[in-house]
Amino acid sequence: MSNDIRIKKGLDIKLKGEAKKTTDTAVLSNFFVLRPEDFHGVIPKLISKVGTKVKAGEPVFYDKSNEDVKFVSPVSGEVIEISRGAKRKILEIKIQADKAQTYQEHGKFDVDAATPEALKAHLLASGLWPFIKQRPYDVIAKPDKMPKAIFISGYASAPLAADLDYTLQGKEAELQAAVSALGKLTEGQVHVGVGKNASSPLAGLSGITLHKVSGPHPSGNVGTLINKIDPVNKGETVWTVAAQDLVIIGELLLTGKFNAERIVALTGSEVKSPRYFVTKLGSEVATMIYDNGVEKDANARIISGNVLNGKEIKPDGYLDYYSNVITIIPEGDDYELFGWTKPVFNKISTSRALTFSWLNPKKEYDLNTNTNGEHRAFVTTGTYEEVFPLDIYPMQILKACMYQDLDEMEALGMYEVAPEDFALTEFVCVSKQPHQKIIREGLDLMLKEIG
Amino acid sequence: MGLKEKLHSFKVKNKDKKWLPAFSALHTFLFMPNETTHGGTHIKAADDLKRTMNTVILALVPCLIFGMFNAGYQHYLALGEIESAKGFLGASFWTIDNLMVGIWQVLPLVVVSYGVGLAVEFIFAIIKGHEVEEGYLVTGMLVPLIVPVDIPLWMLAVAVVFGVVIGKEVFGGTGMNILNPALTIRAFLFFAYPTWMSGDKVWVHGAVERDQMIAEGANLDAISGETILGSYAQNNSVVYDYWDMFWGLIPGSVGETSKFLIIIGALFLIFSKVGSWRIIISTLIGALVMGLIFNGVVDAGWIGESSKFYGLMSVPFWQHLIIGSILFGAVYMATDPVTASQTNKGKWIYGFLIGFISIMIRVFNPAYPEGVFLAILLMNVFAPTIDHYVVQGNVKKRMKRLKVKTA
Repeated sequence: MSNDIRIKKGLDIKLKGEAKKTTDTAVLSNFFVLRPEDFHGVIPKLISKVGTKVKAGEPVFYDKSNEDVKFVSPVSGEVIEISRGAKRKILEIKIQADKAQTYQEHGKFDVDAATPEALKAHLLASGLWPFIKQRPYDVIAKPDKMPKAIFISGYASAPLAADLDYTLQGKEAELQAAVSALGKLTEGQVHVGVGKNASSPLAGLSGITLHKVSGPHPSGNVGTLINKIDPVNKGETVWTVAAQDLVIIGELLLTGKFNAERIVALTGSEVKSPRYFVTKLGSEVATMIYDNGVEKDANARIISGNVLNGKEIKPDGYLDYYSNVITIIPEGDDYELFGWTKPVFNKISTSRALTFSWLNPKKEYDLNTNTNGEHRAFVTTGTYEEVFPLDIYPMQILKACMYQDLDEMEALGMYEVAPEDFALTEFVCVSKQPHQKIIREGLDLMLKEIG
Repeated sequence: MGLKEKLHSFKVKNKDKKWLPAFSALHTFLFMPNETTHGGTHIKAADDLKRTMNTVILALVPCLIFGMFNAGYQHYLALGEIESAKGFLGASFWTIDNLMVGIWQVLPLVVVSYGVGLAVEFIFAIIKGHEVEEGYLVTGMLVPLIVPVDIPLWMLAVAVVFGVVIGKEVFGGTGMNILNPALTIRAFLFFAYPTWMSGDKVWVHGAVERDQMIAEGANLDAISGETILGSYAQNNSVVYDYWDMFWGLIPGSVGETSKFLIIIGALFLIFSKVGSWRIIISTLIGALVMGLIFNGVVDAGWIGESSKFYGLMSVPFWQHLIIGSILFGAVYMATDPVTASQTNKGKWIYGFLIGFISIMIRVFNPAYPEGVFLAILLMNVFAPTIDHYVVQGNVKKRMKRLKVKTA
């Protein structure tokens, strides 16, 4: 059965530098980095020390509050550096890759024959668990809780996102193995969203409930999918898995090897030839961004992820554990004469206050990182609702987070949301408020106080 | 080194100074700042608060210019020195003489409003160490447009200080206030100096002065500058026709007379998505409904011509929109996003009640025959309550969903 989901509220941000559908193989990175920061809320306890030899797929650290959740090395090599920040917080675990890769063998796993407990234990032991996230709180799933449903979005609507129909091509076997496994871990269904007019490799899988999604961004956000299909109520849990991570899960189940390979899009207006790369989680981005990419000394922002919720990284930085896109856009650290009052043709706006992007909805823009104004108190109303398709009052929930009223946060729907759901409202915010940060801090507070 | 670099290095050099917000306020008017995003979205839409506020000011400029000409026009017309203009483009309206009166009488109101208001804003920004927020840009423009032309400047200054400090800053500044600051200023004037805010003398430049001269024994004719509402409230006949009211060739507060220009401003605000069409339309609907009810009362014969309410009650309902300041209030005042309802559903209720109550006060309070600003201030107070119930609807839906699940 196919249930269509069509949203009207939202905004497609069209930017220059979409990746062409050709895939290069990235130069093999010498160093790989695991950043505990990528896994929100995890307190890392190290298993390996500096000098430890690890195989690809061998645990490097685990979560202190959830010892079963292991985090594994994407490659085989030697741990050469563990950098720490304030209060000895672990920032990065750096691994020097071997020339010849060896894998931790987990053996082929028969999903159909296994009990859910055995399957869960297998996913935990093999380091696949961190790919499974949960709502409420948008953190790595708690293994002891049965989710009422699992949601996967196979439709990328974010600006300059990697086209999942392209990157998942030919991975049907892995995807099928992964969703079959996930189907055993929930009492409900595995809901998969795919683009309405696209030919997604996910569409042909069995054991899923398929939803055809259409409409502007955030139609491809998994949060939108959840809200429209089966919103999270108090006391309930749903799990979400990113479509590209299904490939790694599936491959390990089929072959017994943790293959950290992933197809990543290099995009953005600063990239000379935007295209796809085959690389691995935690690779140095320098292995990809300079070859027909960005100028060496360009004044550019490199983002691991998309422009709405990716992480800013340095040119010598590393690919985020979860992202499948690197975006490079110009920095906007310059003044603009009368920028607040002159008619604007080269920036996106949802208003028509002498802003003219409404004239030409198809145009691709070259936006920079300028905030286009200063931080202010909330003033305008109704702006967020235009780009926010969830059945939640965005401004009211943001304010509830700011004054930390737990009852109100709960009543207004905090269990249903993740920071990324508020990326568009943050983008259009006239007062330049940091919506995603406000929501993240609100979720953290609830996690701490309510759990 | 260009101006841009000079200002930048000046800012960097003085970044610890207490007065920096004052400099920044001016600096950011010249140059949009070089701030970049950190955490969160890496790109931002083009609009900021300055642009939003500026859009409202643009929508008000025609009203101000018209108001300046009208100040002179009403003055000379009352003196009997010029003919009636008969239409928006009438020859006796757009004259240099009329404009000169406007420059002499109206421009000082604008200067005092902005000068005093922004001074208070700057002082508060420096004391509290935050940036100067843009809220006053619109308030400062609205204030001269909603006062009588001859209001003494010192009164205006006192009222502006009161309105900005008590109406806004004590609540935490722009975005935090409960009452519309411009209307708070008007309310202060209205209750502190009622003789300058109502009656039949204050609406035309020179009328009060002329009265004083007559009182001192000069042999002159008094200038009458009664507003249309005033005439109706006294059950007098009205000397203006509907087109005068629509074009705005009538006495009244400085900027609220031209319904034509207000409608143009409204269309601009709605088109630019800065003003809420929901509030504007629902306010007008509310006013029409109340007008219809009063018409019905008159038609049913429940109230006779001898009643003091007869004059205003018998005004055909649609005419309520072109007399008084209901249109100006609906377009520029009720739509203030900070003090209005913030939910889309709430906006319909909020606007409707403003229109409804405005006309009710207009009819039942003939001593001060205009109720728009009181109605808006009243609904400002109730806007959070309206929002509360609208949001509770969403909360209840969520609770119900949970109950269905667990049942």
